[in-house]
Amino acid sequence: MIEIEELTKAFNGLVAVDDITLTVQPGEVLALLGPNGAGKTTTVRMLAAILKPTAGRARVAGYDVATQGDEVRRHVGMLTEAPGLYNRMTGREYLDFFGQLREIPTPERRARINDLAEWFKMAPSWDQEHAENHKPVLDRRLGEYSKGMAQKIALIRTLLHDPPVLLLDEPTSAMDPASARLVRDTIAQLRNDARRAIILCTHNLPEAEALADRIAIIRQGRIVEQDATPALKARLLGPPLMEIRLAKPSQNGVVALIERTIASNGARVQDTGADWVRYSTPDPAVTNPAVLQALTASGVAVMTLSEVAQSLEAVYLRAVEESL
Amino acid sequence: MNLEAPTKAAPAVRSTGFSPAWQRLRTAWYPVWVVLCREIRDTLRDWRIVVPIVILVVGFPFLAVFAANRGLAFVNQYGASLIIERLLPFLMLVVGFFPSSFSLVIALETFVGEKERRSLESLLATPLTDLQIYVGKLLAATIPPVLASYLGMITYLLLMGLTLSWWPPFSLLLVSMTLSTVQSLVMVSGAVIVSSQSTSVRAANLLASFIIIPMAFLLQVEAGLLLFADYTALWLIALCLVVVNVLLIRLGIRVFNREQLLGRDIDELNLRRALRIFWQATWPRDGLKALYTREVPAIIRGMRPELLITLIVILVGGLSVGVWGIQRFPLPTEAFSLAAIQDIETIGAMITQSGLLASFSPGAIFFNNVRSLLIAGVLALISLGILALLLLTAPIAIIVYIVGQTGGIGVNPWLFLAVTVLPHGIVELPAAILATAQAMRMGDVMLSPPEEGGGVDGILREIGHFVKLFVSVVLPLLLLAAWIEARVTPHLLLNFLGR
Repeated sequence: MIEIEELTKAFNGLVAVDDITLTVQPGEVLALLGPNGAGKTTTVRMLAAILKPTAGRARVAGYDVATQGDEVRRHVGMLTEAPGLYNRMTGREYLDFFGQLREIPTPERRARINDLAEWFKMAPSWDQEHAENHKPVLDRRLGEYSKGMAQKIALIRTLLHDPPVLLLDEPTSAMDPASARLVRDTIAQLRNDARRAIILCTHNLPEAEALADRIAIIRQGRIVEQDATPALKARLLGPPLMEIRLAKPSQNGVVALIERTIASNGARVQDTGADWVRYSTPDPAVTNPAVLQALTASGVAVMTLSEVAQSLEAVYLRAVEESL
Repeated sequence: MNLEAPTKAAPAVRSTGFSPAWQRLRTAWYPVWVVLCREIRDTLRDWRIVVPIVILVVGFPFLAVFAANRGLAFVNQYGASLIIERLLPFLMLVVGFFPSSFSLVIALETFVGEKERRSLESLLATPLTDLQIYVGKLLAATIPPVLASYLGMITYLLLMGLTLSWWPPFSLLLVSMTLSTVQSLVMVSGAVIVSSQSTSVRAANLLASFIIIPMAFLLQVEAGLLLFADYTALWLIALCLVVVNVLLIRLGIRVFNREQLLGRDIDELNLRRALRIFWQATWPRDGLKALYTREVPAIIRGMRPELLITLIVILVGGLSVGVWGIQRFPLPTEAFSLAAIQDIETIGAMITQSGLLASFSPGAIFFNNVRSLLIAGVLALISLGILALLLLTAPIAIIVYIVGQTGGIGVNPWLFLAVTVLPHGIVELPAAILATAQAMRMGDVMLSPPEEGGGVDGILREIGHFVKLFVSVVLPLLLLAAWIEARVTPHLLLNFLGR
C-alpha cells in the first residue's frame, strides 16, 4: 500500500529526508517517531504528493508520488500538523467544501458529514456544553472552535472521502483526554479495515505503542530503527526482564538455584532484593516454567512471576542516542 | 458507527450527455468554481474588505461629482471649462481605480494569508492541480474588486448624468473599464508572485509596494493622456498591461506550486547573503585574463536569447519607426541644410544648441551614453526588460530618420551614414546592445522561478553580471566610441562635405 525506496528530499542543499526505505501493508499502522525537525512532516508531505522527492521513489495506493500526484492525493487522507481551518466558514461549510473538492456527490457528502460528526460527538445531540447557544457545533464559525474541536474537524476532513491511505500528523495534539481517547479509538477501528494503511506521526509514545503495529524512528532524516515494538525492545533494551517475588524474604541459596536453572537457557540474573530476583531471558516460555518448577521443588514459596514493563520511551531514547 | 463510506463515492461532476471534450472541460473547471465560490464567500464575510469597498463604490463617486460640480462652476467664471471637462473622465478612472486596487489586498490575503494561517496545506493535499487552485484564487481576487470598480464608475456616471448631463463617449467608457480590469489583473498576478516570496502578510504588504508604485505612476500617465484626450494611447497602455499580465500570470503559474508554497524562511532579509551573491557575480574570480577569456564570454553565452531579441527589435523597430517618421514627417529641405556645417566649431555649436549634449567633447558624449545605458538597466528592472529595449530602439529610429532625410537634399544616405555614424557606431552599438541585452536579462530573471535561476538570488546575480559586463566591456567601448565621435567623426564629415 505504501512503498518507499531510498526516498530523499533536499531543500537548497539541506537534506531533510535522507535515503529512507519503508513499507506499510494494508491493515497496518506504522508510527513514525522522531525529534522535532527529524523529517517526519517532510516524509508525510512527499507521501501526500505535496512535495516532490529529490531522489528515490514512493508508491502510495499503487501510484507514484512523483509522477501521479493527483491520483495519490485522491487516495490519501492527510491530517496536517496544524488544523489550518478557514475561520470565517462554519464547520459544515468547511467539510462540504472539501467534500466538493473530493467530488463526493451531494447526498453522500451530506450523509457522510453527519455520520462523522456523530462519531466525533460534534452532531447537535452532543452539543451539550454550548446548549444555550442553540446553534449546532457544525453550524458555528470555525473561528469559534476550541483547539480540540478544530482538530476533530480536521480529522473529519481527512476521513471524508474514506481514503485507503491515511497520513496522520499529530492527530491527538491539543485534545483533552476524552477527545484524544475518542481519536485513538477511531484509529484503532480504522486499523481493523484490512484495506487501509496508516502512517501515524506522533510524539505521544504510549499512543504509538498502543496503536502501531510497527515503529520507525527517524533522526536527521534517516530511519535509525524500524520494527514491531516487541522486536525493537528486544533489540535495543535486551531480552525481556522477568521479576520473581517470593512470599518470604530470600533464603540462602535461592539466587544460586535460579542462576543454575536459567544458565542453560542463555538467561542471567540481573538484580536481587530481599524478596525478589530479576533475570533476563531470551526465551521466557522455556525459562519461566523451569524456574517455577525448581523453586517449588525446593520448597520456596513464589508469590508472583511477571515481566518488568520496558517502555517505548526507553526504546526511543536508546535509538536516538545510539544514532548520535 | 462504520467509519467507512456507505457507498463508493462517484464523481460529483456527473455525465450529462455532453461531448467528452465538454465533459473534460467541466471536470477541469468544477474545482476552480468550488475554490472561487469559497474564496468570494470568505471575502464577502470580511468586513475589513467589504466596508471600504462599499464606501468607495457609493461614497467616493458622490465626492468626485461634488468636486467636479464645484470645479466646473469655478472655471466657468473664466471661460476655461475645457480644463474641467477633460478632468471628468480622469475622475471616472480614479473612481474605478480605487475599488479595483482592493484586488491587491484580497490577493495578498488569499494567497499569503492562507499560507500564514497554515490552511493552505490541507488544500494542497486535495487532488486539485496547482493550476486549478491558482486560477480559482486569481479569479476570486479579481472579480469582486472589478465588479466594485464597474459599480463605482456607473454610480459616478449616473450622478454626472443627472447633475451635469455629462455622458462620456462610449469609446472612453470602454477604455476606462478595460483599463480598470487589466490593472486589477496585473495587481493580482503581481501579488501572487509577491506572495510566493513571502511567508507572512506583513512581509507581503511591504513587498506590495513594488506593485503599487508602478501602478500609481501609470495612473498619472493615464491622467495626462486623458487631459489630452488621447484614447489611442490609453488603448496602447491597456495592450501593454495585457502583455505584462500574460507574463506575470505565466510566472505566477510557475511559482504557484506546492513545492514553493511550503517553502519557509524566504522572506528573511539577509543583507550579508545578498551582498555575497552580488559580489560573487560582480568581482572577477581569477584575474583579468580569466575575466575576458572565461567570465565575460560565459555571461554573453547566458544572454544569447536576449541578444537575439535586442538585435531583432532594434533593427526592425528602429528601421520601421525611422522609415515611418521619414514618410509621415518629412523635413523641408531648408530645415535640413548641411551648408551651415563649415568647421569643427560649427558642428559642436549645432549639437549643443540642439540640447542633445552639454558640450561636444569625448567626456560629455561618454557621460551621456553611460547615463542612458544605466537608466536602461534601472528601467529594465521595473518593466521586465521592456523599457530597456525601447530606450535603445529610439536612437536607432532617430538615426534612420535623420539619415533618411539626407536623400531629400541630394546627399547619398549610405555615404552619410558611413561617415557620421559608422566610425563610432561600430564600437558604440555593440556596447549598447550588450548592455541592453543584459538589462533585458535582469528583467527576464524576474519572470523565472528560483529553481530556474530566478527569484531574488537570480536577480542579484544578474545585476552583478550587468555591473561586471558594464565595467569590463561596455565602459571601455563607450570611452573609445566617445573619443572617435568627438575627435574623428567631425573631420570625416567635413571631408565628406568638402570643407
